Amino acid sequence: MVSKKSKTWHWSQDVHQLFKKIGIKQVAYVPDGGLAKLLERCQADKSMRSVVLTTEEEGVAQMAGAWLGGQRGVLLTQSGGVGNCINMLSMMQECRIPLLSLVSMRGEWGETFPWQVPMGQSTIPALEAAKVIVHHVDQAEKVPETVQAAAKLAFDANRAVAVVISQRISGSGSKG
Amino acid sequence: MATKSNTKYTLQRRKVVHRILEGRGDAAVVTGIGNAVHDVASANDDPKNMYLAGIMGGAAMVAFGVALAQPKRRILVITGDGELLAGIGSLATIGVEQPKNLSIIVIDNQAYGATGNQHTHTGRGVDLVGIAAASGFKKTALITTNAELQAELPRIHNKPGPYLAVVKVMSKSSARIDAPKDGTYVSRRFRAAVTGESA
Repeated sequence: MVSKKSKTWHWSQDVHQLFKKIGIKQVAYVPDGGLAKLLERCQADKSMRSVVLTTEEEGVAQMAGAWLGGQRGVLLTQSGGVGNCINMLSMMQECRIPLLSLVSMRGEWGETFPWQVPMGQSTIPALEAAKVIVHHVDQAEKVPETVQAAAKLAFDANRAVAVVISQRISGSGSKG
Repeated sequence: MATKSNTKYTLQRRKVVHRILEGRGDAAVVTGIGNAVHDVASANDDPKNMYLAGIMGGAAMVAFGVALAQPKRRILVITGDGELLAGIGSLATIGVEQPKNLSIIVIDNQAYGATGNQHTHTGRGVDLVGIAAASGFKKTALITTNAELQAELPRIHNKPGPYLAVVKVMSKSSARIDAPKDGTYVSRRFRAAVTGESA
């Protein structure tokens, strides 16, 4: 069910609350405009450790370590960073370690910047080739419930899962 | 940059790793890909060893994730120069985050030992100790003798980090000692030993 949301509502509010509820303690990311509000909420929250990475693959390795050490984490990345992660994702597959990641898309809905298109169009095929389960979402109201479903699949069924958030929601790079 | 020979180095990698692990206490160990797996497994196949037989460049950040989750436990990375070079940005991230309980030991033979001893950058002037220090590691060391190794042991095991030591070793590899290879087994065994929970 999608509830009616106020005009000031942003999906990041509910997703941040969900992170708290399910016990996310490590938030690893390379910044992106589409994730900026969520990153701000996580950074301001002392119950979780926000870690800025030099490249997204560091975060995949960190998430494996978080699980090995008994904590839950989430990796936040733009679609452009997904290509950097492929080899590290072999750890999730070989060890069946949970991974929850949120990927904000570029190079997709209404993109005007040509250099974003190649990786944007490769993002979902690349994730799937690395055996990451993809949940694509293109309505803001559905982001929280999609993240919640992905978190169950990740942490309860020990799977690598990416919630791919459409550029249709963020509007990043689509205004010319 | 001229190639520097590593024939001047006399430490043997396996003896170095065994000497370090003798004093590990309840530390968890994360290995990098390659000879580091065999070096650590040959000391003792401890359940608190996570052998990374893949994900080249990932050892430091796997250990960082464990270090945040297990702040009261020492986390040791035993890895090679080639492996760390593949994830060199990790040193910047760890330098910024300052995990006090993380020590990285680079067994530096200046070569890709698993693929035929081709040169790595560390034999050609790249200084991993300098990079770690410039990235904000609390303590760093270059170790070339047993006496220097002995002197560093308290910092490796007990003093606040993040800590990184480069141990220059002879290029000769020791015998392969197979560690358990199955990732699901090794990871669940490690997690249960470190957290006291089953997956």
